[in-house]
Amino acid sequence: MSTNESVGAASRAAPAGPARHAGPTILAHHFASLEQQRETATFGMWMFLATEVLIFGAVFTCYAVYRLRYAADFEAASARLNILIGSINTIVLLSSSLTMALSVHATRVGRRQMLLTCLLLTILLGGMFLGFKVVEYYKDYVENLVPGLAFDPSEWTKVEGTEGPVHPQRVQLMLVFYYIMTGLHAAHMIVGMGLLIWLVVEARKGLLTPVRYMPVEVIGLYWHFVDIVWIFLLPLLYLTGTHHVTDLHF
Amino acid sequence: MSSAITTGFIPQAKPRPPRAPGENYLNVAFGVRSWLFTTDHKRIAILYLVTVTILFFIGGAAATVIRLNLMTPTGDLVPADTYNKLFSAHGIIMVWFFLVPVVPTVLGNFLVPMMIGARDLAFPKINLLSWYVFTIGAIITLWALLAGGVDTGWTFYTPFSSKYARTNVLPTMIGIFISGFSSIMTGLNFVATMHTMRAPGLIWWRMPLFLWAHYAASVILILATPVLAMALILVGVERAWGIGIFDPELGGDPVLFQHLFWFYSHPVVYIMLLPAMGIVSEIVTCFSRKHIFGYVFIVWSSIGIAVLGFLVWAHHMFVAGQSVYSAMIFSALSYMVAVPSAVKVFNWTATLYKGSIAFETPMLFALGFIALFTMGGLTGLFLAALGVDMHVHDTYFIIAHFHFIMVGGAVMGYMAGLHYWWPKMTGRMYSDFLSKLAALIVFVGFILTFLPQFVLGYLGMPRRYHVYPPEFQVLNVMSSAGASILAVGYVLPLFYLFWSLYAGKPSGPNPWGATGLEWQTPSPPPTHNFDETPIVTTGPYEYSMEESAGVH
Repeated sequence: MSTNESVGAASRAAPAGPARHAGPTILAHHFASLEQQRETATFGMWMFLATEVLIFGAVFTCYAVYRLRYAADFEAASARLNILIGSINTIVLLSSSLTMALSVHATRVGRRQMLLTCLLLTILLGGMFLGFKVVEYYKDYVENLVPGLAFDPSEWTKVEGTEGPVHPQRVQLMLVFYYIMTGLHAAHMIVGMGLLIWLVVEARKGLLTPVRYMPVEVIGLYWHFVDIVWIFLLPLLYLTGTHHVTDLHF
Repeated sequence: MSSAITTGFIPQAKPRPPRAPGENYLNVAFGVRSWLFTTDHKRIAILYLVTVTILFFIGGAAATVIRLNLMTPTGDLVPADTYNKLFSAHGIIMVWFFLVPVVPTVLGNFLVPMMIGARDLAFPKINLLSWYVFTIGAIITLWALLAGGVDTGWTFYTPFSSKYARTNVLPTMIGIFISGFSSIMTGLNFVATMHTMRAPGLIWWRMPLFLWAHYAASVILILATPVLAMALILVGVERAWGIGIFDPELGGDPVLFQHLFWFYSHPVVYIMLLPAMGIVSEIVTCFSRKHIFGYVFIVWSSIGIAVLGFLVWAHHMFVAGQSVYSAMIFSALSYMVAVPSAVKVFNWTATLYKGSIAFETPMLFALGFIALFTMGGLTGLFLAALGVDMHVHDTYFIIAHFHFIMVGGAVMGYMAGLHYWWPKMTGRMYSDFLSKLAALIVFVGFILTFLPQFVLGYLGMPRRYHVYPPEFQVLNVMSSAGASILAVGYVLPLFYLFWSLYAGKPSGPNPWGATGLEWQTPSPPPTHNFDETPIVTTGPYEYSMEESAGVH
């Protein structure tokens, strides 16, 4: 907080008349100081993330209910998901969290080139994740894993679960939750990518400075949250069933 | 968090352009653009006021036809299908497009920044966006209801809304889903504002109870609304893909939908009620000319209601096949919510005790709130009892109970607040006689409408039926007669409040002699609310001090 004090003092001293400097223009009319403005922005994002926890929490709860009820069927369906792409995507996404964190650091210390590099790396990694996801969805489609679009119930009646043959309808239930959960996650990724592109535009204009670092920090919070959701999705969806070394293919 | 604010808050940070004498938020700019692109919280409150008032009267029109139809046991006015669509439309509009938003978005938007001595809410653009999102959601829903309608009731229970849906279920759900984001934005804005933008000296324990109530309600808005959104998404997926997420034939569980739905829709009652309780706390203390009794208790009861409100949802499913043990636990938890609610009623009563009570219009509505809310709350205890609930589940007893809470509670509270702060919002006083008459008409009409329904429900008349046995006609006619009186009570304020804009006497900054920062500005307030950022040195209800100093 002590570093912010001097910044607040600078904006205080600056005249609010026609001669505008970088300081006062970034202070919105209803805030008294930059520090207050920053605190409000971070606080607002944390509140928003609380909402996000509940929206993902609701679908996780539904998944958990059926996962417990139809354990064998869910495990059988999980075993068919592409563990290789899921694992690569985990690495890609966690790396993007690192570059995101470095972007925040770069902004705070005022290194614009590093900021741009880190932001572009984050976008690249996010894009890789989404690209892999598209490939994975296509593979799922080819392998008849899309209920309502490409799904063959007779294929599943031969699969032995822990308690006899699995039920195709329950497998469909698992797969639908897979698409809802990863789809919602991917939608959040796409929103995050849009925000990152906006940050790049801002950074190129030189508008992201140690005084105005809040946009990077707030969007960073969002990005990390989306990553954390994936940390939960991976074990829930992919690691539920047993995979073998031979499953490691695209 | 608060320590950082006190170090960082510099009230004289930014000099404001001087204000012309008499300039306020209403006359500072004119034209449609100045309203549709405003980020002033006060103007957004007015936008919301207009929107929800229109929606209230649309929802009320549906109720009017329902009550007219129930005048006769054979349901002669409308066919059964239309009747189903009418009660669904009434519930959907009134719950999501009137009761949930009304107090936070109209009075909360207007007053939260003023009561904490701020110039605006924390996120003014998000505030405007919330109005657009709300309006788009409302238009989609209204369109869906008018072009075909929905017959599931406002609860959208599966399989009515999934397998057997023949009506506009999906568009209606999309409208509600969209408007849910406006709830989240409003709640988020209020919580952030209260955390970071309080005036110097306004510590948490000096915040007016109206703000505490909004804080508690906002937390519910933030945490409950997304669960409803997910429930609606899942029903949409089930419909679109034909996967039995809630269909037992395909391995799903319809009760799971009810769990998700009520995880939102029970706390939502407290979203409606808590802000209204905040209004009543302000008004009771003002018109008793006394410090509120047990300020800290009222604060904690608001928080307690918000927390416990999340833990009672399954009392809506006592007969839906859940285990006896979970039913017992939810029954016990439901009883516990009565404790903080009762704390509030006792505190209001104790505030009245030996007060110099003035029966102004807002006070009449507030006293009506206390009476009706107490009845609604106590009958809620009947329903929390497992045995009694078996008997009265899905009967008119339920209808009467939640209308006492939602209409007798939330709407009465809103009317009280609207009459209390109307002079602040417009700078004009409304007709004293007509407004007191309206308060009386609403109270009498309400009792006559809903008291007979307790009896009807106890005798076994089920809810949502188009026809009923002839022996119930007398009580139904009483109820319909009461509804027509109630309608007069709701239409009357529309006229005298409009009239006050043209012919009302100027109210002055503080017509009620109330404490609180919002009364320290001119009426209507200037765009920036305060010419000087106020510095708070006392609690919110120092009425005895004001009296002795002769300040009014």
